[in-house]
Amino acid sequence: MSILVIAEHDNSAVLNATLNTLSAASELSGDIHVLVAGFNCGSVAEQLSKNPSISKVLLVDHSVYEHHLAEGVSKLVCSIAEDYSHILMASTTVGKSTAPRIAALLDVNQISDVIAIEADDVFKRPIYAGNAIATVQSKDAVKVLTVRNTAFDAVDAQSDEYSAEVVELSSETPEAQVTFISESHVESERPELTDAPVVISGGRGMGSGENFDLLYRIADQLGAAVGASRAAVDAGFVTNDMQVGQTGKMVAPELYIAVGISGAIQHLAGMKDSKVIVAINKDEDAPIFQVADYGLVADLFDVLPELETQLSD
Amino acid sequence: MKALVAVKRVIDYHVKIRVKDDGSDVDLSNVKMAMNPFCEIAVEEAVRLREAGIVDEVVVVSVGDKACEEQIRNALALGADRGVRVDFSTAMDAESMTQPDALTIAKLLSKVVEREQPKLTILGKQAIDSDNNQTGQMLAALLDYPQATFVSELQVTEQGITATREVDGGLQVLQLPLPAVITTDLRLNEPRYASLPNIMKAKRKPIDVVKSEELGVELRCNLLQLSVETPAQRSAGIKVASVTELVDKLRNEAKVL
Repeated sequence: MSILVIAEHDNSAVLNATLNTLSAASELSGDIHVLVAGFNCGSVAEQLSKNPSISKVLLVDHSVYEHHLAEGVSKLVCSIAEDYSHILMASTTVGKSTAPRIAALLDVNQISDVIAIEADDVFKRPIYAGNAIATVQSKDAVKVLTVRNTAFDAVDAQSDEYSAEVVELSSETPEAQVTFISESHVESERPELTDAPVVISGGRGMGSGENFDLLYRIADQLGAAVGASRAAVDAGFVTNDMQVGQTGKMVAPELYIAVGISGAIQHLAGMKDSKVIVAINKDEDAPIFQVADYGLVADLFDVLPELETQLSD
Repeated sequence: MKALVAVKRVIDYHVKIRVKDDGSDVDLSNVKMAMNPFCEIAVEEAVRLREAGIVDEVVVVSVGDKACEEQIRNALALGADRGVRVDFSTAMDAESMTQPDALTIAKLLSKVVEREQPKLTILGKQAIDSDNNQTGQMLAALLDYPQATFVSELQVTEQGITATREVDGGLQVLQLPLPAVITTDLRLNEPRYASLPNIMKAKRKPIDVVKSEELGVELRCNLLQLSVETPAQRSAGIKVASVTELVDKLRNEAKVL
């Protein structure tokens, strides 16, 4: 039996989360096939065919798959599912929307947010906002998983000597049930939150959206992404796509700098796997200090300009 | 049109959870239970649509034992019209199974949707206990309905829905025909508090109990929980006195700059 990984991509390049999912897949027994479903997405299939962890790339190119909507992709996956013991997607909003639909159509359960593979049928996953870790065993014929990208290292992107077979499938095209209207991405020169080696996040202590400029200036010096706590998002300082936490994005950078963030459980759940954590907060009792490697008890409005100056030295 | 909202009884989100000493599960004895916060948002949205005259009846369903009628009553106090509780206790072999799996719950809900024929089914995006984030999507797939997950803005007309979804990079807008399944994200609305008169009124609203046998769904548990552990804790590091010391530590000790 083989393992099927459903690639996530923007029709021109594969997303990094898929490389983490491939790493999880390579801990299972079986060769790995990757499905690239999209529109005008041949370059994604070509890119993945150079990835030595993959033995076969399946390409389905049709306008109905352009926006990776769950209704169509789940039916497509089910039409090719019978050869596979495992079906994996990254635990992104696309993966979370699609994998349960695939599982239900196959009459099996879905295992969400896998953080460790213990055996081909035994997995670890966080429950209760990461306050407990459950070990679960699936008795289903097919294991449908979503993989938390921060728990697995990415596989090496590509090798020029390697070339996997690319098979273009001409599956029956499902009727589109949903009409895509628009998608607004916040344009940014900075790296993606979930990929950045350094993340600097602001909380309610920032006081306003304008004050986030203090963080942007430091981020630009460090090549960092800028995040926020839920409190800062709910206060309207910044948009929700910047939210780090249980209900936002999961990040695990080399360096995480939390500024004016108290450290609610829901925020810690999203960043506690970071390698080094720095906390800057004027409240010395803030729970964020309990997880920080380096804590600085001080007013952020004094600290941030000074930090900016010292980093430029 | 009719709206159906599915709600789940979970541990109150203020409660700090504790893993049982034998590592079998999280300890739920003597802890406060409540409606899952995302389900509350789902109830609120349905009630607002009813107040706006778009929806004419809001039905609330929960799967579980008698205790979850408390959460159905909460939803009735928030403005829902009637409740349905799906009871699986008599169909379950208690020796071999403690709880049906998520797919079974979705199947039970799909049978309720088939009976009730709502145009709109609203669920929370995930429950804060299992953190699965699956039920709405599974329900939609079983019914072959379109779905909009993680919805932060919803417009409903007789013709269909326009939903704004919170996706990884920003916001996505989709148009769906009815019937459809919606799952709610945090920013869809802020649920109201139930007023005392409405709490009293809710006591007289009907809750039907349907046995899972009547729905013709075989109870299964194909996903076994082998153990539960407390995650490795990060220990607190050191306090630095100044920005200079912080930068020095990050450069020379942690070597991350």
